[in-house]
Amino acid sequence: MVSLLCCGPKMAACGLVLSAWGVVMLLLLGIFFNVHSAVLIEDVPFTEEDFKDGPERIYRLYEQVSYNCFIAAGLYALLGGFSLCQGRLNKRKEYMVR
Amino acid sequence: MGALFRSEEIGLAQLFLHSAAAYSCVSELGERGLLEFRQLNPKVSAFQRRFVGEVRRCEEMEKTFTFLQQELRGAGRVLGPCPDSPRAPLAREALRVQEQSEQLAQELREVSHNRASLRGRLRELRQYLHVLREGQRFTSLPAPLGSPPRPRALSEREPILDPSLHQHLDRKINFVAGVIHPWRVSAFERLLWRACRGYLVASFVEMPEPMEDPATGESITWVIFLISYWGEQIGQKIRKISDCFHCHVYPYPESEASRADTMSGLHSQIQDLSVVLEETEQYLAQVLDKVVLALPTWRVQIQKMKAIYLILNQCSFDVTEKCLIAEVWCPVRDLTQVQEALRQGSYKSGSSVECFVQRIPTSESPPTLIRTNKFTAGFQSIVDAYGVASYQEVNPAPYAIITFPFIFAIMFGDVGHGLLMFLFALWMVLYENSPSLQQASNEIWLTFFEGRYLILLMGAFSIYTGFIYNECFSKATVIFPSAWSVATMANHSSWSSDYLATHPSLTLDPNVTGVFQGPYPFGIDPIWSLATNHLNFLNSFKMKMSVVLGIVHMGFGVLLGVFNHVHFQQRHRLVLELLPEMVFLLALFGYLVFLIFYKWVKFSAADSLVAPSILIHFIDMFLFTSNAGNLPLYRGQVPVQTVLVALALASVPVLLLGTPLYLCCRRRASRTSRPAPVAAAEQEPLLEGQEAGNSVNATKEDVESGGPSPDAEHSDFAEIFMHQAIHTIEYCLGCVSNTASYLRLWALSLAHAQLSEVLWTMVMRNGFVRLSYAGGVVLVPVFAAFAVLTVAILLVMEGLSAFLHALRLHWVEFQNKFYVGAGYKLCPFAFAPDAWE
Repeated sequence: MVSLLCCGPKMAACGLVLSAWGVVMLLLLGIFFNVHSAVLIEDVPFTEEDFKDGPERIYRLYEQVSYNCFIAAGLYALLGGFSLCQGRLNKRKEYMVR
Repeated sequence: MGALFRSEEIGLAQLFLHSAAAYSCVSELGERGLLEFRQLNPKVSAFQRRFVGEVRRCEEMEKTFTFLQQELRGAGRVLGPCPDSPRAPLAREALRVQEQSEQLAQELREVSHNRASLRGRLRELRQYLHVLREGQRFTSLPAPLGSPPRPRALSEREPILDPSLHQHLDRKINFVAGVIHPWRVSAFERLLWRACRGYLVASFVEMPEPMEDPATGESITWVIFLISYWGEQIGQKIRKISDCFHCHVYPYPESEASRADTMSGLHSQIQDLSVVLEETEQYLAQVLDKVVLALPTWRVQIQKMKAIYLILNQCSFDVTEKCLIAEVWCPVRDLTQVQEALRQGSYKSGSSVECFVQRIPTSESPPTLIRTNKFTAGFQSIVDAYGVASYQEVNPAPYAIITFPFIFAIMFGDVGHGLLMFLFALWMVLYENSPSLQQASNEIWLTFFEGRYLILLMGAFSIYTGFIYNECFSKATVIFPSAWSVATMANHSSWSSDYLATHPSLTLDPNVTGVFQGPYPFGIDPIWSLATNHLNFLNSFKMKMSVVLGIVHMGFGVLLGVFNHVHFQQRHRLVLELLPEMVFLLALFGYLVFLIFYKWVKFSAADSLVAPSILIHFIDMFLFTSNAGNLPLYRGQVPVQTVLVALALASVPVLLLGTPLYLCCRRRASRTSRPAPVAAAEQEPLLEGQEAGNSVNATKEDVESGGPSPDAEHSDFAEIFMHQAIHTIEYCLGCVSNTASYLRLWALSLAHAQLSEVLWTMVMRNGFVRLSYAGGVVLVPVFAAFAVLTVAILLVMEGLSAFLHALRLHWVEFQNKFYVGAGYKLCPFAFAPDAWE
């Protein structure tokens, strides 16, 4: 059976840190996009058309971006889980007597 | 006062050590690490010292230990650290260690030698066995099974004739069999062909298993050759050629039966030899185990012993040759502990006479000792990196604990980056006792680890200034609702859609009621991050803040000089130096701070069109002119400014001439009242005055110690005057340039904010462009790139840059005002932990 261990201990730790940071930051970004925060207006990919007929279209754009952020946060959670498993496998390999 | 405020009182002491007890006393003192021994035999060479024999013995033992360690390393064993810290051994213990270590080394040498020779023998036997086996295939019936011999171009013949077929011939076929290195095969063949053409048949075959080359140790596939020849001379030639090529030649028995006998004999020999070799290896492993157990402790013990003898070499013997005298620098607080250590040492060595310590007066400047704990050690080390504090000078470290992270944070203000830094330092602090962190060998990592409390505070303060600047990864946080109302402005100006479409840039006028509802409760209003004139507003704010902070920092530095003047009994300097310095600083730059705050308080958006410019007022103050277009800030501004400038200018000659004239007068007065030469006490303040007043050159050797002769006095006065002139010029010009230097606080914070914004706009924004759900997947690598670049550029590069600039501001602008830093550290004699590997 192919060994499930593909990262070293340091890579697993880096992956874990990056994933934790990614999950927290992307979740918060998603929440802020969801409440239509004005500070983030420059990051929403709007066009000239979207400014007609009130703010509803801009709000939909905001929400779409927020869903993307949540998806990315979920993917980072998966990556974090993977890194955690790799870290555990590495620890176990250290303890095993060869 | 506290331990960090100024360095401790240190006295020169003499230790009287009885010869018999000297070793154990020094051992006790070394365990506690209290004193610094001074070198009393500087002119004696290393080979003439008293205890050179013992030092040599220690070094020989260390050589043995190195040999043992090499053997361990060769066998792949790892030497662990010493589990406990043993004390330095007494004489008979040291002898025992020496005997045991030499015995172990001898055993190890013998066993290794035996093993090498056994291995060589085994290898030869195996090679012989292979030769016989392969050769058998040639000389047995044709049609061999297994690997056929390699066809050679030069000796393309049929398989070797069976000698039994040719027995009726006169010529007798002989064989030479052996083993040759594979690289030499073709040369060997060529030479054989040229030398013995036609009279031999040679065949080569590779050995089925590779074997070790005794010379190089690498595993090579040897080539077996079997040469059948006829004729004696040919045989000799062949043997000579094989010798040249360093082949191992083995006797090849002619008949089948003798070959079989030899092979079975070889088999049994190989078996026996293997058993013996195994036993040898086991014994070697046992010896290595013993070494692994004992070596760490021995090493530490002998290191301590050698250190003690090196210290004893520094002491001098008294006249009766029975007592060793050592001169030490000792903290006055620890004298009782030293006495206790000496008592224990005498007791342990069984001597009846007690050794004792006695303090002696000295005119030299003692070393500096500041006791720190793990938290303050980092801050003390960055102060010491510039210069160790002079003896009993006020220490800038306790203030640096707060001002350094704060000044760093002003240049680094960002909530997100500060939080990352804080978490990183928190991890290091919480796990500081884990051995893997403490014993890392990477130097850069160790530097970060030593400064973990520094980084912790820097991160915490950066979070605070991040909230003030309202920046979190370059985005503003809207914790409180913004005080600016766009809707009110739009309604007031009745901006229609067409108007908005044709005018890309609009102004929110705070003079219109309802647009600006008051200052933001904490920090900068988040609406500024959306404004195009963001930088105009922020620059003005940050520049003024930098100047204010700089002048406060420098004023604090000048005030710290009070402690120095009072402690060194130089109260005249309080009036003649401190006062003019403070007047100069406050009259000019304190007034600037006052103008800044006054304008912030008094002027509002209503009079923004006619608000006076502080810079122009400040320039006019010095040039005594006035500008018609620049309204005065308050009534009576011009006379007030004139008075302040006059005060500042008046303080310069006081600073320049005050102290020299005072000292000159005092000396003249003391000379006329007492014709005796000037006491050393008079000289001390003179020396201190020059040291503290002159930050560029702080050598005491320049001044002669005494001499009431008029010539010496004149040169003294000239030197004092020159030093004071340099100090005055440095201070006055420094005030201006250092104040401007603090503008780097503005510059670096601007750079950090801009870098942060560029990183967000050019990297992170690309992750939000796609609106389909694929955008979520694209965001994952985009965020990873953003994270890596944030850490590399904004945390590491900008962090180091801000650290460096904060350090410079402390070292030059702050410490210039009061710190001399010409001392040297107390290096107590202690047994340092082993750093051999």
